[in-house]
This record gives sequence, structure tokens and C-alpha cells, in this order.
Amino acid sequence: MWAIVHKFGSPQWFYRLSCRLEPWCWVLAALSLGAGGVWGLALAPADYQQGESFRIIYVHVPAALLAQSVFIAMALASLVFMVWKIKVADMAAAVMAPFGAAMTFTALFSGAVWGVPTWGTWWVWDARLTSMLILLFLYLGVIALRGAFSSRQSGARAASVLAMVGVINIPIIKYSVEWWYTLHQSATFSLTERPAMPASMWLPLLIMVVGFYSFFAALTLLRVRSEILRREGDKRWVRALKEIPS
Amino acid sequence: MSASDGGALRPPPHGAGRAFIATLSRGLRLAFRRRGEALNPLVFYALVITLFPIGISPDPALLAVIAPGLLWVAALLAALLSLDTLFRGDFEDGSLEQLILAPQPLWTQTLAKVCVHWLMTGLPLALSAPLLATLLALPAGSYAVLTLSLVLGSATLSLVGAIGAALTVGLARGGVLTSLLILPLYIPVLVFGTGAVEAAIAGQSALPYLAILGALLALSLMLAPWAIAASLRISLNG
Amino acid sequence: MSAFDSLSAFFAMGGHGVYVWSAWGVTAALLSLCFFQARLERRALLKALSRRARRERARAETPSTPMPTEESDDA
Repeated sequence: MWAIVHKFGSPQWFYRLSCRLEPWCWVLAALSLGAGGVWGLALAPADYQQGESFRIIYVHVPAALLAQSVFIAMALASLVFMVWKIKVADMAAAVMAPFGAAMTFTALFSGAVWGVPTWGTWWVWDARLTSMLILLFLYLGVIALRGAFSSRQSGARAASVLAMVGVINIPIIKYSVEWWYTLHQSATFSLTERPAMPASMWLPLLIMVVGFYSFFAALTLLRVRSEILRREGDKRWVRALKEIPS
Repeated sequence: MSASDGGALRPPPHGAGRAFIATLSRGLRLAFRRRGEALNPLVFYALVITLFPIGISPDPALLAVIAPGLLWVAALLAALLSLDTLFRGDFEDGSLEQLILAPQPLWTQTLAKVCVHWLMTGLPLALSAPLLATLLALPAGSYAVLTLSLVLGSATLSLVGAIGAALTVGLARGGVLTSLLILPLYIPVLVFGTGAVEAAIAGQSALPYLAILGALLALSLMLAPWAIAASLRISLNG
Repeated sequence: MSAFDSLSAFFAMGGHGVYVWSAWGVTAALLSLCFFQARLERRALLKALSRRARRERARAETPSTPMPTEESDDA
């Protein structure tokens, strides 16, 4: 059992595996982002209530989903790092944080832009947008904490603890914000909650979600490999890589 | 403290409980020696509350509407600012390392330190809140709920805040970073704390909100000491 | 097949063009920024590693100069 865990966690093994997996992830990401983009932008019918501004859903929802999933993935990687001391897990957590923050920003920006034609204003303290904003602050905290330590090891462990504390808090924050919203606001028209969407609308959305997730997977694999090169540059197997001519 | 230090070499049968009480009484004694410092959060609280009528409007009708939120946000900020002192002194004079090396589990000691922090900031803030609430024309009938919600909520704030303080204690400039780490985690307490006061003003039962605040406290009592202890170990190793 | 009659209708998005295109544009920009940053990062690391390998081999081939103590990039 332990041998398997440590074999999967060894940078060399992970590097080889991700070399093989990464191209497929990029292909899947490019295909589904391309297909979903064309379908969502040009082929899907306009919404009878919101008209063409509804097409923002195809970037807003995948980004929002990814923003939350990346935090959970980061916390899981942190847990693996703290329990089994697997370095690759920490590298994954380290490269996931900026991408998660970028996706949270994308969700916030597209939500705000969507708000103009639907609500008539850039920002509404809507429950979803508010919890997205808080999630952005959580990401920024994790990134800032990792950077604040001069020792990489301490920064990694501190960021791991914070990511785990954060992931326990995310559902609590989400539900408290929803409670707060229903308390202060009579239920208004929410952006993404809608009764049954026709397949011509939700299928492109599904494809876009797949595209965003495979982009995330491919990017993480690529950046973890870079992180391995950065941290393990002294190792014999790294020097023997054919990518590094001498 | 020399007597308890000598005892630490041979752990007594009830080591954890005894260490808890020793750390608690040491913290309280230190705090009472520096009475002036203990007043700072209260003065800060009163000052912030004074700023709002000046900055917004002296109109009692308007102030009454925003009073629950103001009282809660100001108390939260006062508790936040006092976090830096939670482990800083012990970190600088080396007694934090002694706590980590002691045979008793670290989480009991950190729990004692958090208790001291709550007794010196959270509880006084909660008790002084009704006084400041009169300045903001908080409607009658909600004062008891305000105090009770602050008593329960500030304990959670101390526990969660101690995680941030422990993570940043080893950093030279941890002050603003602590706020960045901790403030997002304070939001549920703020939501249900102000919710309780607003429910009391509206004539509804504040009990559900207080129950949720109690649940949050129970959850953080369970998990926070572990996270604080882990964070302290990280901060001292780095 | 398409939801739009003409190309100009496609760009106008029923009067909501600014919103739709800015949301999609920022998303596309951020995703490609992440992608190119990761590519550049990898290329720079590979270049630094191969430069170091070349330097060390050159040092090994000229034994007359005294060997300086080996330093790793990350302390």
C-alpha cells in the first residue's frame, strides 16, 4: 500500500505519466472549447427572456463550477501532502491556486457583465456573486500566505493548512450567504437558475464544462511538470531527460 | 512558573488538564499586568462606533437601521486587530517553543491561549456592546440578544482568528496578511450574529440564529485547536 | 442552423454585443494567458537547466581550473 502511494507520488513517475496524459487533455480541451464555443455563440437559440445576453452562461457557469472545484482539488492535494508528505501533491496545490483565482475572477467578471442587461447594474449583492467574491479572497489568502514564507517547505505546509481550513468553511460560507440573501432580498430573478432548458441550450453548456475541466487538467499537468523541473533540477533523472540537451 | 516547569519533566496523570489551567492562569496574569493594553480593543470599538454617526448621519432613525451591522462589524474588527498579540509575545520570548516541546498535547495549550484571548477581548467587547448600542439608537428589546450573540460569536472569532495568527506569527510583517486570511472565514459568524439582532428587532425569535452561532462555536471548538497547533508547529519550524 | 441571420447580427448579439463579447473575450484572454504563461515558464526552465548542464560539462572537461563549490539554484 505505502509502496504504491509513494510510487505514484514520486516526481519521476508523475513526470512520465503526465507526459503521456497531457496531450490528450489538450486535445479534448481544444475540441470541446472550440465546439462548445461555436455552438454556444452562434448555433444555440436565444433565450426568450434574456435574448442574446444569455450566451454569457456558456463562460460564466463553467468558470464558476471550476472555481469551486479547483479549491476542493487544491485542498485534497494539500491533505495528501500533509498526510503522506508527497511533494507532487504540494506542487499541484501550488499551481492550482493561481488558476483557481483566475477562474473565480472570470466568473465574477462575466457575472457582473451579465448583470447589466438583466438587472440594469454592474453589481448586485446576489448570493452567488457574493460567495464568488469571498472565494476570490480565500484564493488570494492562500497565494499570499505561500509567498510570505522565505522557506518553501514552511510556505507549502502553511498554505496546505489554510486550504483545508478554507474548504471546511466554503459550504458554511455558501449557506450563510444564501441565508443572508433570502433574508434581505425578496427572491429576485437569479442569473443561472432556470426551469428546464432545451437540449440545444444545455448541451453546449455541458461541452463547455467538459472543455474547461480538461483545460484545467492539462494546465495542471503542464505546470506540475515545470514545478518538478524547478524543484528537482539537481536529480540525475531530470538531467537525463531528452528535453534538456547539454 | 518554575514549579510547573519542573513538573513538566515528569508528566503527571492529569497532565493535559493541569497544563491547560497553568497556561490559562499564566495568560490571565500576564494580561492583568498589562491592564492598559487590554483596554485597547474596547477603546478601538468605541472609536469606530463614534466614527459612523459622524461619517454617515446623526439621524437616529437611520442609525437604528444600520446599528446591528455596525456593532457587529466594529466588534469583529476590534477582535481582529487584537489577534496579533495572541502568540507574538510568546513567540518572541521563546515560551512558544517551550509549549511545543512540553509533553502535554499542544492543542490544550493553544485552547488555553485562545480562552485568554476571548476573556480579554471577546467578552469585554460583548459586555460593552449594549452601551455603544445606545449611542446608535439600537431599538429596545434587542440588547440582550446583541450581547448574547457577541458572546457566542466572538468565541468563534477568537478560535478561527487564532489559526490565522498562528500561521503568520513567524512572519515579520504578518499583520495585514492575517486579516486577509481570516476575514473571509468570519463571514458566517457576521451573517448569523447580525441576523440574531435583526430578528430580535423585528420581534421574531432570535433563538435559531443563536443556535447556529452555538453550532459554529462547537464546530470550531472541535477543529480549530488542531489547526492552531499544526500552524504553530509550521511557524516555528520555518 | 445558425441562430443569426447575418454576420452583423452575430456581432451585434441583439444589442447585447458589448456584454456577450466582453465576457467571452475576458474568459478567452485569461485562459490563453494561463496557457502561454505555462508554456513560457516551461521553456525558460528547460533553457536554464540545459545551460547549467552545459556549464557543468565544460567545467568537468577543463580540470586545470580549481573546482568551485557546487551551488544549487534553490537554496
